[in-house]
Amino acid sequence: MKTSQTTSIERYSATAIALHWVLALAILTVFAVGFFLDDLPFSPFKLKLINWHKWAGVSILFLSVLRLLWRLAKRPPALPARIEQAMPGWQRTAYHGTHHLMYLLFFVVPLLGWAYSSAKGYPIVWFGVLPLPDLLPVNKALAETLKDLHGLAAFGLIGLVCLHVGAALKHQFIDRDGLISRMLPGR
Amino acid sequence: MFLTRRSTLASLALLVLAASPMTHTLSHAADQALVPAQSEITFVAKQLGVPLNGRFKTFTAQSAFDPKAPQTSKIAFQVDLGSVTVSADADSELGKPDWFNTAKFPKATFQSGAIKALGGGKFEVAGELAIKGNARDLVVPVTLAQAGGLSTVTGTFPLKRLDFKVGDGDWADTSVVANDVQVKFKIVLQGVPAQ
Repeated sequence: MKTSQTTSIERYSATAIALHWVLALAILTVFAVGFFLDDLPFSPFKLKLINWHKWAGVSILFLSVLRLLWRLAKRPPALPARIEQAMPGWQRTAYHGTHHLMYLLFFVVPLLGWAYSSAKGYPIVWFGVLPLPDLLPVNKALAETLKDLHGLAAFGLIGLVCLHVGAALKHQFIDRDGLISRMLPGR
Repeated sequence: MFLTRRSTLASLALLVLAASPMTHTLSHAADQALVPAQSEITFVAKQLGVPLNGRFKTFTAQSAFDPKAPQTSKIAFQVDLGSVTVSADADSELGKPDWFNTAKFPKATFQSGAIKALGGGKFEVAGELAIKGNARDLVVPVTLAQAGGLSTVTGTFPLKRLDFKVGDGDWADTSVVANDVQVKFKIVLQGVPAQ
């Protein structure tokens, strides 16, 4: 009767599932690029990577706005009652806290990066075509602070992602409650 | 000792030139001078679509410009390429051999050829621009405005950086730094006769 138990879990909408996986892949990639970028010697390749990092970051920001609006318009399914009841109080707090903090950082990380670019004196031209407004006037000292904050926030987000993935794997392989099926693509 | 005497002689000769009622053109050459504090040479280069503004801090000019006799007028510039400033990252890079190679080619030069009056304070200055040992002929449209004894010559012209091998090697990739560079200048001169 395992299958009927799994199918009884209400799934996320197809849009929410698509946004989740596209953004998961984008965030991990853009984080890895950003992480290795700093140590590269100045070269055309580095400039390309910096700009792709910015373009992808801004895309993540815009997609996250879309994702949040979608989430507000179409509420995600609540935890199935039997799973929620099996969770101790701290796990429920962690479940909600992790999601709220991740959403906060979906906006904070790219906005700090955008502000850093503006303060450094490099406006962002999205995919080399669409010039975006500067968030701040040029300020070299502030740019360095914003760079550090952008990095810290990015590491914070990746930390939360690890927690999120760890929890999903725990539900799948330790609790064996099939919770992950509600976010998996397919039927 | 010898050098000092020679330069003293040269200054004396200049003084004589400036003071004596010489021929029309010659007196201009001696009287006209660049006002560096009010003059500027700037440019815009595009890096992956992002406009980057740069500036040359040091340059000199010699002019013998008479707006009423453009055909006999002349103007020349020497731009100190090491005085370029764009951004901290770029400035340390621009002196290197792939870019300006300032160790071997410290200056860019412009020497005018034919100057044509278009009327209404507008002129067309043909000339030769040389950067990094590469010379190209170009025609620059300029506007002359005169006030308070000063003459301001402004203009813009496009150039292709690869014509001058500026940004060679890996940097020749125009998808990273565009080939087109817009140069903008404001040259303030003293002693140019009224138009």
